[in-house]
Amino acid sequence: MHRILNKEVLAPDVVRFWIEGAHIARKRKPGQFVIIRTSEEGERIPLTIADVDKQRGAISIIVQGVGTSTKRLNELNVGDAILDLAGPLGRATEIHPNARVCCIGGGIGTAVVYPIACGAKALHGQVVAIVGGRTKDFIILEKELLAVVDRVIVTTDDGSAGTKGLVTDALQALLAEGQTFDEVVAVGPLPMMKAVVAVTRPLGIKTTVSLNPLMVDGTGMCGGCRVSVGGEQKFVCVDGPEFDGQLVDFDELAARLRAYGEQEAESLRIYNQRVACQAITT
Amino acid sequence: MAKKITQKTKNAMPLQDAVARAHNFEEVALGYPVDLAVLEAQRCIQCKNYPCVAGCPVEIDIPKFILQVAERDFEGAFKTLMDRNVLPAICGRVCPQEEQCEVKCTLGVKFEPVAIGRIERFVADYASLVKFTDDTPPAPPTGHKVAVVGSGPAGLTVAADLAKMGHGVTIFEALHKAGGVLVYGIPEFRLPKAIVAGEIEGLKRIGVEIKVNHVIGQTFTVDELFTELGYEAVFIATGAGLPTFPKIPGINLIGVYSANEYLTRSNLMKAYLFPVSDTPTIRGKNVAVIGGGNTAMDAVRTALRLGAENAYLVYRRTRKEMPARLEEVEHAEEEGVKIMMLAAPTAILADERSRVRAMRCIRMELGEPDSSGRRSPVPQKGSEFDIDVDTVVFAIGQGANPLIRNTTPDLPMNKWGNILADDATGATQKPGVFAGGDIVTGGATVISAMGAGRRAARAIDRYLTNPSADGYSPTDV
Repeated sequence: MHRILNKEVLAPDVVRFWIEGAHIARKRKPGQFVIIRTSEEGERIPLTIADVDKQRGAISIIVQGVGTSTKRLNELNVGDAILDLAGPLGRATEIHPNARVCCIGGGIGTAVVYPIACGAKALHGQVVAIVGGRTKDFIILEKELLAVVDRVIVTTDDGSAGTKGLVTDALQALLAEGQTFDEVVAVGPLPMMKAVVAVTRPLGIKTTVSLNPLMVDGTGMCGGCRVSVGGEQKFVCVDGPEFDGQLVDFDELAARLRAYGEQEAESLRIYNQRVACQAITT
Repeated sequence: MAKKITQKTKNAMPLQDAVARAHNFEEVALGYPVDLAVLEAQRCIQCKNYPCVAGCPVEIDIPKFILQVAERDFEGAFKTLMDRNVLPAICGRVCPQEEQCEVKCTLGVKFEPVAIGRIERFVADYASLVKFTDDTPPAPPTGHKVAVVGSGPAGLTVAADLAKMGHGVTIFEALHKAGGVLVYGIPEFRLPKAIVAGEIEGLKRIGVEIKVNHVIGQTFTVDELFTELGYEAVFIATGAGLPTFPKIPGINLIGVYSANEYLTRSNLMKAYLFPVSDTPTIRGKNVAVIGGGNTAMDAVRTALRLGAENAYLVYRRTRKEMPARLEEVEHAEEEGVKIMMLAAPTAILADERSRVRAMRCIRMELGEPDSSGRRSPVPQKGSEFDIDVDTVVFAIGQGANPLIRNTTPDLPMNKWGNILADDATGATQKPGVFAGGDIVTGGATVISAMGAGRRAARAIDRYLTNPSADGYSPTDV
């Protein structure tokens, strides 16, 4: 039974859940994800496993409520059971020991970068984390990262927390300071990952990104999550979710993410109507 | 003792009207009413050689169950069927009887064969309606444990057979519903999912344990099934779970699907009920499905039902070479599918939003036979033409999913990732590991997978109960 053990709101529409899942927890490595479904008519959606508690047999996920499925998930409470939970899926992050790594998280991407940063530190790496968000309300896991990595730099678009600017500004500032990195890991909205790669490419710094295409089965059976990496076809669910950022065709992925825009909007409209009606009747 | 011939042709299967059914997902073939089933069963002359039985991959006692139907002993017929086939409602619908039992039928030499498949379906559906159950108790528990990877036809069959022998069986299924290709691949209008669920409930009643959402190769490796979970044998039946895309421009545009994805969205995730179901799919107005097998037929008929004004089947050879069941091709054409033969896509063209706008094709002519014995298609230079489509579905073959291959390095496979297994026993070269179905043969039929499951169950039973004194050897079983 995949019962919810803990629920915490981290930011507007961003919820962290701890969920029972001993057989997933015992196997899970940083970088892997689960596929979740919350109802009989529900979609299968992929979510990164942000953290694990092997003693307790539990995993945590951080969910940004953007559309019907994620909003429905965020409505659940402690004690509710998740209908379907499959994992751990995808390949583990390749973490090299003693590496100097810059981990960059943009918005909800920080939830994906956090386990990678933990993994790097566990292998005696030196890790600087850059955490970016639109405003201070959208900065997540700062406290958790401070407890693990060597340095945390916060950036916000409006300057309400940390330095005003983009994560790439902070990265460039670090490089200008003379910092060197063996690897940069960047996870966030596609334009952000693309921008980080633009900074690191001329410097030849290995850059790993984690991709978030649409998925259905998550086991390599349908090809829905296919992306082009270095001109080759890869399935994010079995070959990824992490890839060499220098080789990813971000524009193609951005286009494919728009495949169901109309349907998503219609579904969300109905969901919002339902929520509004419930508010009136309760 | 042979009987007189009562009727030279088969009794027709009642079908949903072609125009109506092209717009709904309800079952196309409605099934024989009782009297028609009895009439059809009475056509069987109970010939003394019964060549039909040898044509059946699971060795059903065909003359016996047909005689029982002719005598209106439907419960008896059901028991006869269930003795050799745990999924009769499924086989009665999707088996290519015209290539198996019916093609060997004695009556079929001069006239139309007995409609064995239709009668089988009738018995299974009747049994379900009046709630006959197969009350044969399984053998006493042996204490042995077997893990089955995959809940498609091969996995379900091997599990049922082993459970009846008294072994403890657990099926591990990666998706959230059991059934494999029976739920995600074959559409509702050919195989209602309630029927599949009913057959699977039957398995649970005889003690088979099914664990969904367990991805072997990720959640547990094959080795961990032995070392951590204590299973003594493993049967791998993971099917044809890898899509094939051609190497042409435009395959990553919005609107291009593998048949696996297109069918999974519709069949498993019920996208045709969106927004009641949360999973969307593209309801293309002009859809091209590439391929000529049953999967292509399923995809193109699904496209019609999703609202396509034009549903094209684009195939590089001719009707004669199409591997699809003739019945499916006929039903598809009745429904309005337009078959374009001797054509293949060379590029998919985009609009300004990276969505499919058109497909460029080239005409083919048939040349020398290839390794499959079919004449090879040869592109005719300069014959390119475009068709306006907004959706393209590739149903050009499904391969072996890599998850097991990547995590079981000592399991020998061929260059396409198919597991090497003995044809008669399913034994692989890894001790205790057996395999069957599409993961071994490449994409084939439900019934051939079931036959593989049946043969492997016998071999696994021998392996568990008579282990070789010298250690395991594939030739022992």
